[in-house]
Amino acid sequence: MDPAGEEAHQVLQLSVVLFCGAAAIWLGVVAALLYTARRRRKSLSEQSASRFILFGGAVLPSVTLAALLSYSLWLMPGLRPFGQAASAVLHVEVTGKQYWWHVVYRRSNGPVVVSANEIRLPVGQRVELTLASSDVIHSFWIPALGGKMDMIPGRTNRLSLLANKAGTFRGPCAEFCGTSHALMAFAVVTMEAQAFQEWLGTQARPSPRAADDGAALFLRHGCGACHAVAGIDARGTIGPDLSHLGSRLTLGAGSLPNTADAIARFITEPERIKPGVQMPSFAMLPQDDIRNIAAWLKDLE
Amino acid sequence: MRVLPKQVDTLWTLFTAPVVWALHFLTCYIGAAIYCAKPDLFGVGFDAVRVGIAVATFLALGAISVSAWLAWRQWGFGTDDPPHDDPTRRDRILFQGFATLLLSGLSFVAVIYVALPALFVMECVR
Repeated sequence: MDPAGEEAHQVLQLSVVLFCGAAAIWLGVVAALLYTARRRRKSLSEQSASRFILFGGAVLPSVTLAALLSYSLWLMPGLRPFGQAASAVLHVEVTGKQYWWHVVYRRSNGPVVVSANEIRLPVGQRVELTLASSDVIHSFWIPALGGKMDMIPGRTNRLSLLANKAGTFRGPCAEFCGTSHALMAFAVVTMEAQAFQEWLGTQARPSPRAADDGAALFLRHGCGACHAVAGIDARGTIGPDLSHLGSRLTLGAGSLPNTADAIARFITEPERIKPGVQMPSFAMLPQDDIRNIAAWLKDLE
Repeated sequence: MRVLPKQVDTLWTLFTAPVVWALHFLTCYIGAAIYCAKPDLFGVGFDAVRVGIAVATFLALGAISVSAWLAWRQWGFGTDDPPHDDPTRRDRILFQGFATLLLSGLSFVAVIYVALPALFVMECVR
């Protein structure tokens, strides 16, 4: 009910108009009901009763529905502003996977930035999102910014969003996609354009702590086979990119707070945190190694 | 000799209006879908599709209006009141006329609703 984007604003407006229209119709029906049940009843002549049924039962609903339908159709081109998407400076590719989000930022004037489970957008700039899925149908939805759009395997759907308020929001997966569907979410941060450019700049470089001690453990235990971390020899693409994991707001696609303890827990028992997750448990690693890897990942900002 | 018979003693006339509605629906949806999948095939803009839908809509509304007028005539221009439930040939014809008239009204409104998006949607993708 508190839109932070152009599209969400129009969705709210449409909802309010349709709700008021429905309320007016409901009041009309209740009024007609009370009229028939009034105490001092005088029957209508057959002709005026027929006329009442024709206008009240057929003409009025048809006209009202036509008006509401026209209003929602009139809003539709604005809700899907793909025409302007071609001029968008920033393109964000989001791929839905069981049960996380792979995010790639592409700019005309800068290197590609890969991230996961968090999307940052500039305020006041139209962004084109390209939505795909690599396994089952997911649905991408940022309620504060706009309507939802399905992610369908083998298809690329486009969504265009214009944020007009800075803030932090939550985006869920809006299409049942498996056991941990309810644990598949992402954080959305809308930032002022300048701050966004700076953030994107830091994301494009490896984290300054990438080469710390934890990196050797991370590589020795084979984490790099599935996860990529910029700046070290970890280039896996099966799991989320962890290059700047420490600066993200949540862990495990919105299922845990992002702390070193939570990271250690995720390494030890991912299946208990996210049933159906592809990552196996690494509880067999030495506890110290798990703690060190978790602390190093938390430092990757 | 009359072009349109005075009395149509068949059940088929009952379906005329819904069939026109169905054909109009298919024309609009299949036409727009094919155009938007392969816009180069036709060498015309989307506005031509909208004009095409408008023409199909006026043709459909015209056909439904003719069906409605015939039904109204069959119903005796409303000289008798429903429910027309006597087991006589006359009541059967009146009932059929009345039912056809109601179906025509429904089809008329439905055809307009089907065509409405073409009034507001100006491009394939939005």
